[in-house]
Amino acid sequence: MTPEIGAGALIVALGLAIYGCAAAAVGGRTGRVALVESAQHAALGVFTLVTACLLLLAWSFLSFDFSVRYVANNTNLGTPFYYRLTAVWGALEGSIVLWAWMISVYTLIVVLRHRRNARELYPWVLSVMLGVLAFFLLVMTLPAPVFQRLAPVPADGRGLNPLLEDSGMITHPIALYLGFTGFTVPFAFAIAALVTGRVGDAWITTTRGWTITAWYFLSLGLLIGGWWSYHVLGWGGYWAWDPVENAAFMPWLTGTAFLHSVMIQERRRMLRLWNLALVIMTFALTLFGTFLTRSGVIASVHAFTQGSIGVFFLSFLAAVLLLALGLLAWRWDALGAQGELDSVVSRESAFLLNNVLLVAAAFTVFFGTVFPLLSEAVRGVKVSVGAPFFNQVNVPLFLGLIFLMGVGPLIAWRRASLDNLKRNFLWPVALGIAAAAVFRLVGIRSSLAVLALALAVFVTATIAVDLVRATRARLRTGERLPGALGGLLLRHNRRYGGFAVHLGILVVAVGVTGSQAWSVQTERTLRRGESTELGGYHVRFDGLAASEESNHFKVTGTFTVTKGNATAAVLQPAKKFYPQEQSPIAYVDYRLGLTEDVYLVLGDFARDGSQATVRLQVNRLVSWIWIGGAILTLGTALALVPERRKAPVPVLVPV
Amino acid sequence: MRWLVPLSVLPVVALLAYGFRTNPRDIPSPLVGRPAAPFALTAFDGKPVSLAALRGKVVVLNFWASWCNPACYDEAPVLQRTWQTYADRGVVVVGVDMQDTAEAAQTFIRRFGLTFANAPDPQGKVAVEYGVYGVPETFFVARDGTIRSKHVGALTDAVIRAKLEPLL
Repeated sequence: MTPEIGAGALIVALGLAIYGCAAAAVGGRTGRVALVESAQHAALGVFTLVTACLLLLAWSFLSFDFSVRYVANNTNLGTPFYYRLTAVWGALEGSIVLWAWMISVYTLIVVLRHRRNARELYPWVLSVMLGVLAFFLLVMTLPAPVFQRLAPVPADGRGLNPLLEDSGMITHPIALYLGFTGFTVPFAFAIAALVTGRVGDAWITTTRGWTITAWYFLSLGLLIGGWWSYHVLGWGGYWAWDPVENAAFMPWLTGTAFLHSVMIQERRRMLRLWNLALVIMTFALTLFGTFLTRSGVIASVHAFTQGSIGVFFLSFLAAVLLLALGLLAWRWDALGAQGELDSVVSRESAFLLNNVLLVAAAFTVFFGTVFPLLSEAVRGVKVSVGAPFFNQVNVPLFLGLIFLMGVGPLIAWRRASLDNLKRNFLWPVALGIAAAAVFRLVGIRSSLAVLALALAVFVTATIAVDLVRATRARLRTGERLPGALGGLLLRHNRRYGGFAVHLGILVVAVGVTGSQAWSVQTERTLRRGESTELGGYHVRFDGLAASEESNHFKVTGTFTVTKGNATAAVLQPAKKFYPQEQSPIAYVDYRLGLTEDVYLVLGDFARDGSQATVRLQVNRLVSWIWIGGAILTLGTALALVPERRKAPVPVLVPV
Repeated sequence: MRWLVPLSVLPVVALLAYGFRTNPRDIPSPLVGRPAAPFALTAFDGKPVSLAALRGKVVVLNFWASWCNPACYDEAPVLQRTWQTYADRGVVVVGVDMQDTAEAAQTFIRRFGLTFANAPDPQGKVAVEYGVYGVPETFFVARDGTIRSKHVGALTDAVIRAKLEPLL
């Protein structure tokens, strides 16, 4: 009975979402509050029903209900219970349920937070949110029905994709989807602003927290995805410019651009059109990402299944873009700038350049991702675009962005005087140049690495200069150091949260630079007792062991890693043989370190355990990528601390 | 003019819609059954490599690049093994390195201890002749100089056996 209840609930939810979308729009147009309130109730209903569906699906997994096709395809009797829970979103249909559930949660929060404080925009925001939700519910009802029955009922299921049996799969999709769906809210506000003609700054101020939250989860999703790739896929890297990684990276780039350009609008009343366009593009790119992963149009390691679902997503993407950009064209005249650029040497132009670089990066990634399709359509030739293209084009852009990261926050608004430049940048520039010289002297040969690291030093120095100066100013008023520092961080939490996020990005950049420049790897076939050497580590092969796990057969190799005379680690990479998979899955073993990771992948082996092939990598500075993620998290939290406004002057005049 | 902004969406959507009609994994190979295109390259070790000189041998012609990770890294030991086990049965392995720098390619060759002939394809001419769409791709050329089959993606020992044995 459970599947029928679930499928029925989805249809009711679809009806409610469509009704709510229409009711809120009519309510917004006519100003009839009752209609908007009715739409609110619809939103609450949708949330309840989608939550129920998610729980029913989870229950189907926990109780091994193989009469449900989705459950039978993605689990079997040997799947441990925690992976049965993550299997809920482990494949196409379930991932859409999770997606829709998150939008319904966001919709509910919008209702709770904004029904009073954004009265003119609010009905339209609600309408857009419910409209987007209706689309996902439609997908769940027609092309990807998650509760579809399977007859005859199999005795056991097919099992989850073994690569997804990993803790990263609990957090990676959740973070990534929270990021993707989070951008629905700023988009809804942008559309509401365009429809009502209130294209001023209200929608920007209201959505700031939302944008940062969505951006943060997207960043986290990307980083956890990198971690998963690093420790599960066993090729020793964290980023491959795969179309689906690109799909998640593009909205991140435009979202980052938006986070910065809104500051110019808040401050200088410029870039209104640009900001609206950026939000629309970011939301469209999140849809494009889902389209790419689920349509089978472009070959990718992440691709879900193919089917009619691609047509649904493409139609929706086209409708969203035409409607949103149409509204933009309609309001064109109202979107002119009120301020103008005074000087090229100013914070405005630093931010503008930052936007140009970010959007250029997004465009090249988009171009590289769809180029195979374009080439086939125009010339009839299949091509593939590899990492060299993406690296060659993007590395200079990213280096430029890091440089601007140092310039933007400190340079003066409007027009920077020579004095301002000297005061802020003399020390950081000197330190950066000195660092470059030192890096050369200690023997770093790659010019790219020297440049990247020197830029990191420069940016860190600008942050330090700012912090030291501001703390000193507070100390002069008689505060003690901890109090002064704490007060500064809390009082200007947006600024220092932003700085902390910048630091996090810098640390990630250092990790990426180090791992690209200094990682080494080798592949060796070793007899038992034999060892090999790489990067100062000696790795000895001690033998093989076989074991029967709950849902697979596992062959584990034991390798002793020594550095100098001390044993650094005993690593046990393995190969897992799943009955439902044709080829074995590698299980990587590694020892993480601050400066270098030792990383072992078991290759072929002799059945009697006499010899084994192993890929040995010494990856440098990779850990800093994950540490950067932690700093980013702290910075975002600081930036989101609710602003402590000056005590409002009570209004005593009766209205 | 401003209405061009929304209308610019249409070509992009049309392109993506075109994608439904194609299968990204389906790579046609009209070359199978045809004579292999002749080429003459200079290997990294300075020796000449030409297909004409290899007539009468079974040639495993592999297109690779040092940036093609992980597929090319996975198959490099397989190719080296193939060269070692089949050399005395009249099989020659030839590697053609595409869109690469000499330095990175030589590091790759050293890393896997490759001893068969490996040559750069500076202008990508050979790759174009063979219609290579990406790396790695491998062509199996029979003794009479015709292409018998093609494999896209990393080679495994099983693939080598299946493709090579009928040609011996």
